[in-house]
Amino acid sequence: MLLTKKRVSLKYQPYLNNERKGETKVSLFDKRLSELHDDLKKKELSVTDLTVASLARIREVDKKVQATLLVDEEAAMEQAKALDERLAKGTEELGLLFGLPAGLKDNMVTKGLKTTCASKLLSNYDPIYDGTVSQKLKEADALVFAKLNMDEFAMGGSNENSSFYPTRNPWNLDYVPGGSSGGSAAAMAAREFYFTLGSDTGGSIRQPAAFCGVVGLKPTYGRVSRFGLVAYASSLDQIGPITKNVEDAAYVLQAISGHDGMDSTSADVEVPDFLSALTGDVKGLRIAVPKELIGEGISTEVRDAVLAALKQLESMGATWSEVSMPHTKYAVPAYYLLASSEASSNLARFDGVRYGVRADNAENLLDLYMESRSQGFGPEVKRRIMLGTYALSSGYYDAFYKKAQQMRTLIIQDFQEIYENFDVILHPTTPSTAFKIGEKIDDPIQMFVEDICTVTVNLAGLPAISVPCGFSKEGLPIGMQLVGKAFDEGTILRVAHAYEQAVNLSPKKPELGKGEA
Amino acid sequence: MNKISKQEVEHVAKLARLHLTEEEAERYTRDLNDILKFAAQLDEVDTSNVKPTSHAFDVRNVMREDVNRPSVSNEEALKNAPDQEEGQFKVPAVFE
Repeated sequence: MLLTKKRVSLKYQPYLNNERKGETKVSLFDKRLSELHDDLKKKELSVTDLTVASLARIREVDKKVQATLLVDEEAAMEQAKALDERLAKGTEELGLLFGLPAGLKDNMVTKGLKTTCASKLLSNYDPIYDGTVSQKLKEADALVFAKLNMDEFAMGGSNENSSFYPTRNPWNLDYVPGGSSGGSAAAMAAREFYFTLGSDTGGSIRQPAAFCGVVGLKPTYGRVSRFGLVAYASSLDQIGPITKNVEDAAYVLQAISGHDGMDSTSADVEVPDFLSALTGDVKGLRIAVPKELIGEGISTEVRDAVLAALKQLESMGATWSEVSMPHTKYAVPAYYLLASSEASSNLARFDGVRYGVRADNAENLLDLYMESRSQGFGPEVKRRIMLGTYALSSGYYDAFYKKAQQMRTLIIQDFQEIYENFDVILHPTTPSTAFKIGEKIDDPIQMFVEDICTVTVNLAGLPAISVPCGFSKEGLPIGMQLVGKAFDEGTILRVAHAYEQAVNLSPKKPELGKGEA
Repeated sequence: MNKISKQEVEHVAKLARLHLTEEEAERYTRDLNDILKFAAQLDEVDTSNVKPTSHAFDVRNVMREDVNRPSVSNEEALKNAPDQEEGQFKVPAVFE
């Protein structure tokens, strides 16, 4: 079932027909965003060109990948036309993301575009406002017309928890794209948009980026406003870019960062020039590699790829040492208790009264709440609401919620000790490559432990980036992760970029032929 | 280690305003017990002298000037309302 695909009207049909006669201009998607910006400025390219290529690509491949929930073609063409008219008048004052079709994970509130969180409960929700990030994209002249699939309310690591349909991994359609920002990572890997945005509560940007062979950046907590991001776990959630290369990630981060009076946890700190951090120089850089995240539990292929990357960085002048983060083992249970507790509180607002789908058989108010929630939420969301409600209930609060908060303190201290002597931490993004659709769906704990390499970072609020660093024998992408100090996205971007330039892995694209689907 | 019974699961569901089918109640009893067993690992670490962390960085109350600002209109506020009457959200009777 496709939720809503608003097909382009007759007025714009010829553009897409012309495009379909020829090859879809996939080559446009290979260009760096800064290059596209220059091409537009020089009028070598129009916004309509970029938009038509994106829409044609979506029509061509998204039947297989199922990364989008909503594509408003008409809105895209209208926006393109307006931007081209502006371009014709002059190239002064073009926004940083001028003319770039973007895909947003469907938990980011967008005015005039339904925002469902891939939940039946919100399947009719039509926001009356833009979240700050959507607003910032529009102010930077990006095109906002498409919403991307995800695990319902961002709970999951495979996109199998979408209430509508699962997204598939473009490298092999039988495999999951990861999650919860699986639609954002798969759409980027399949080159349906020029960049996408995801959100990351326990790895939800980085893990799917690793599974899909693209770059995913979780900024420092507070760097990007959460206003208009449907809350899962408020103390952990953060929006960030998913892109085909590191420079694009820096570019998009520049446009969406900054203090926001609408989000009281938004950090009032200066936003540096992230592009100028990309010097290619890693000489003297001190890298820490936690032994807990490179040894047991990490597949041989992933470990070998990450060790090869370390060797590469060493050859470029960096040094690395193995360190210990003794509380890593406890990060996953602590994370699940904390995230579920926050979720149980955040999701209390979905009661069928003010928005969302209301159950129609309710006899009284309590019944209305119970039935709307029971019919609207999927099984994983219910499970986490139940876990969180239990962990916060009287008599269990100290044993679970408080205990997890204390563990969070110890995990933060693990990081602080390492950063006394090192500049960045490097380890795999995931213990293994993408798994098959259906393989882990019945075992919540097996699904949880997959998050061991990503959740510590959210608990500590730190910035981290996943960069492709190789492929498994089966041809599935492997990602490595760089974790930085708070508000030091510059360093992880610099290292990731230097590595990426040296190994030149990023141009490899999925062919979308593999798999049964 | 605490073990959670099906009755407790049904009680928690009520607190969470969820109505569970018989099948769901059994499934979640099993799942929650598995998850709580998994979470019991935390007890391996003595945290009696550790301060709990609610946010990775210090968060403080942020106040704005107490001045009138434009707000959403009544129509906008009710745009997504499943049911409404006379400019208000409408719900079934609270009391029987």
